[in-house]
Amino acid sequence: MADQKQAASDKKPASNLAIWLGLADNSFTRQKTVKFGDASAVNSGRGYGIITVAALLLLWWVATAFGWIKPIYWPSFGSVATRLDTLWTDGFRNVALWDHVAISVYRVLSGVFYGALVGIPLGLAMGLSSVARGVFDPVVEFIRPIPPLALIPLIILWFGIDEFAKIFLLFLASLFIMTIAARAGVSSVNISKVHAAYSLGASKWQVLTRVILPNALPEIFTGLRVSMGVCWGTVVAAELVAADRGVGSMIMIAKNFLQTDTVVIGIIIIGIIGFTIEILMRQLEKWLVPWRGKS
Amino acid sequence: MKALNVDDVSMVFTVPGGADVHALENVNLKLEPGELVSVLGPSGCGKTTLLNIVAGFLSPTRGQVFLDDDPVTGPSAERGMVFQQGALFEWMSVEKNVAFGPSVAGKPRAEIKKTVDHLLSVVGLEDFATKPVYQLSGGMQQRVALARCLANDPEVILMDEPLGALDALTREKMQGLVLKLWKETGKTIILITHSVEEALFLGERLIVMAPRPGRIEKEYRLPFAEMGLKKSPRDVKAAPAFIKNREEILSMIWEMEEEIMGRQEAS
Repeated sequence: MADQKQAASDKKPASNLAIWLGLADNSFTRQKTVKFGDASAVNSGRGYGIITVAALLLLWWVATAFGWIKPIYWPSFGSVATRLDTLWTDGFRNVALWDHVAISVYRVLSGVFYGALVGIPLGLAMGLSSVARGVFDPVVEFIRPIPPLALIPLIILWFGIDEFAKIFLLFLASLFIMTIAARAGVSSVNISKVHAAYSLGASKWQVLTRVILPNALPEIFTGLRVSMGVCWGTVVAAELVAADRGVGSMIMIAKNFLQTDTVVIGIIIIGIIGFTIEILMRQLEKWLVPWRGKS
Repeated sequence: MKALNVDDVSMVFTVPGGADVHALENVNLKLEPGELVSVLGPSGCGKTTLLNIVAGFLSPTRGQVFLDDDPVTGPSAERGMVFQQGALFEWMSVEKNVAFGPSVAGKPRAEIKKTVDHLLSVVGLEDFATKPVYQLSGGMQQRVALARCLANDPEVILMDEPLGALDALTREKMQGLVLKLWKETGKTIILITHSVEEALFLGERLIVMAPRPGRIEKEYRLPFAEMGLKKSPRDVKAAPAFIKNREEILSMIWEMEEEIMGRQEAS
């Protein structure tokens, strides 16, 4: 009995590979007896993730190689690779692949930039002045729940389908997100900080620039991150409707020529860029507002 | 240093759809330059309201506060404030926090640097000057708050439970620091606290406030702050006179709390 106990406590820790794969308990989760309900005791399960991805790729290969699915619905590995090579060297419809991506990213960045440029001061004003709050609150509250895509017909009627129209749509999509983020940033300030600043002799302007604004930065950053995500979704949709360049237009035109492989490549690129934007914004946030959540 | 005069101040909060709350009624309090007065009382006695009025964050319903002959109409750099916690600017380093007052006043850089360096060494944080404040412990953060207030060289320092969020040991050490700073700078200080021991140990005068309506119930003149400058805090707090005062005040506050509870049950 005593030997058994000894053996149990001497149990060898799992191999590093198994721990890395998240299949075995690491030295931290091993100590816990309550695991169901404790999110920090749930292992990453990375191994299962790898298996899932491999299985999906295998399914893709098998399904296309054995003709379970017609190429028009889903292309084979080979045709995607060939198409990617063609797109890379010749571009799509006389526009380089890289340019299709760049124009979409440029539209998003412009939209978010102008949205922030107008939205941040507007949100700050709404958090600081009852006149600004009263004037803009009905407008913001009314337009905010409207999906930006619902505005496309109106914007086409007003501005046509040129570059300005697209950036204006993205500007609207990001404007209200940024306004609400900045306003939330103002109301999140601990009143002690504002009182402290005034007792230290700060003027209203100094309180705004040195206390309210930096205090609102974490919220503003969240707004920027959300804006980027929403605008990326919106730009692709807007390009599906009316554009001759951009990843959205690329997959829409490719569809007309039944180039399913180009469509799939476009979708993957859209996914990768959306993911990259999210990661970059998080890194930027860590770097620029390191005090976030630490007051 | 200027004298502070709280002249017959009353504060009534009107609650929509409820009875008026008399947070303060006819409060009179005079502080001579360089005095350290501690204010004690059960919760709801209006001590924080009183401090906010003196700071200029609230305007009293009746009466006025004067600094020498000038009436208080709003916050100003003459009346510095040390808060319980959460009032540091976490987007700034320790030295930037301390430099805030002189820098918004537009003082020359060299002078600000000198003030900040001096004060950081006084509060023992010279090695932490460039650290962000959120990386500091609670006690260190309050030392930054003290230094930030002193950097402005205010006429009066208002402390709203500055040590309230600290653990017992850190708190005792910080009490020594407050005494030391008071002695070295000769500032006029009002200190609000929940702790009877702290109020007795730090105050030259101790004001006990009572609730409903908030008013000054009793005032003590105390020798312990002077003693604390020479002897160790524990010696002072173990002295029979200290213990006698402590028990007397504790039972007074206890009775007030009982009375409030009784009234709440009756209504």
